Amino acid sequence: MIIDILSWILLMAGGILGIIGGIGIYRFPDFYSRLHAAGITDTLCALLILLGLGLQAGWGIASFKLALIFIFLLFTCPTASHALANAALHSGLKPKLGKDAARLNHD
Amino acid sequence: MKSFSFAALLFLFWISLSGYFEPLLLGLGLASVALTVFLSKRMNVIDCESYPLHLSSKFPNFFVYLFREIIKANIDVVACILGWRGASISPQLVKIPQLQKTDLGTVIYANTITLTPGTVSIELSEKTITIHALTKEAADELATGSMSNEISKRIFEK
Amino acid sequence: MFIAISLAILITMGLALTRALAGPTTYDRIAAVNMFGTKTVLLIAVLALLSGRADLLDIALVYALINFIGVIAALKLVTQGDFHTTDKDTISADKGELE
Repeated sequence: MIIDILSWILLMAGGILGIIGGIGIYRFPDFYSRLHAAGITDTLCALLILLGLGLQAGWGIASFKLALIFIFLLFTCPTASHALANAALHSGLKPKLGKDAARLNHD
Repeated sequence: MKSFSFAALLFLFWISLSGYFEPLLLGLGLASVALTVFLSKRMNVIDCESYPLHLSSKFPNFFVYLFREIIKANIDVVACILGWRGASISPQLVKIPQLQKTDLGTVIYANTITLTPGTVSIELSEKTITIHALTKEAADELATGSMSNEISKRIFEK
Repeated sequence: MFIAISLAILITMGLALTRALAGPTTYDRIAAVNMFGTKTVLLIAVLALLSGRADLLDIALVYALINFIGVIAALKLVTQGDFHTTDKDTISADKGELE
């Protein structure tokens, strides 16, 4: 019973975080800041949802597979984000910087 | 010796993914483990870098730190998206010094930077990492190098 | 309750899809598709527990891997124009990494 309530709380928090990340990827002004919004849904949102599902599934192969899915996401998402950002910077896409940003002479 | 423990780990992995103990399926598992180990030996990738078994005892300690950082950074970015307490974004592109000595340490550091939302590592070089940060605070915190120190302390120190 | 969580994930997927359709640059689109793929993995995992069929988790696992490879492949296609790499390209790419 307690586990049920806990898992629903985790699942709901994950879902809400996902929607917030979606709003972020919709609202943010340029590509680089959108990557950060996508980062939310890749890390904490996935963690909370998979943890909640794992509590529902109980010990066994199912929860092992859920943990494995999370570890795959943990390893692949930063690599994909880094590759995207690196490719975008090399292709000459300039980030929009804030007012208090130190100007960096890049290339 | 290393390839033997690699094969044992892979077979354990096969069993925990399939959950069946029929002879045919176990045989197929053994065959694919043998093929994988053979290919990995041919590609020469079973070494300290791609199979860091000697570091596995350090990972729990590191993961605690990683998840704490992820949660803190997530709260910051959520505040930015929703505009709580007047939080607003001010994207920064900065170069921070890269203090890790080994390639593995550099990769772990860059991946940790990217994993915590609000900062993305864009480019690696020998001495510096170019990062894009969502707020000035996040960029300043990374520039102090505390995350690099934590990684050195938690993973590479005896 | 599983339905509610599926709906939340679907809304997120819809927002990501909006960005993929609207995104001014190609990189926006790829980032949005990457996020869409991650959400698909989560949705499959939720559906696996909703329908009580643990086999679906294997599909989620494979989807997570294919999503990553697909993003990298799409990125290579966009940055280089084709999947073909000569030795010269690889060397210049390496130099670009290390400056």
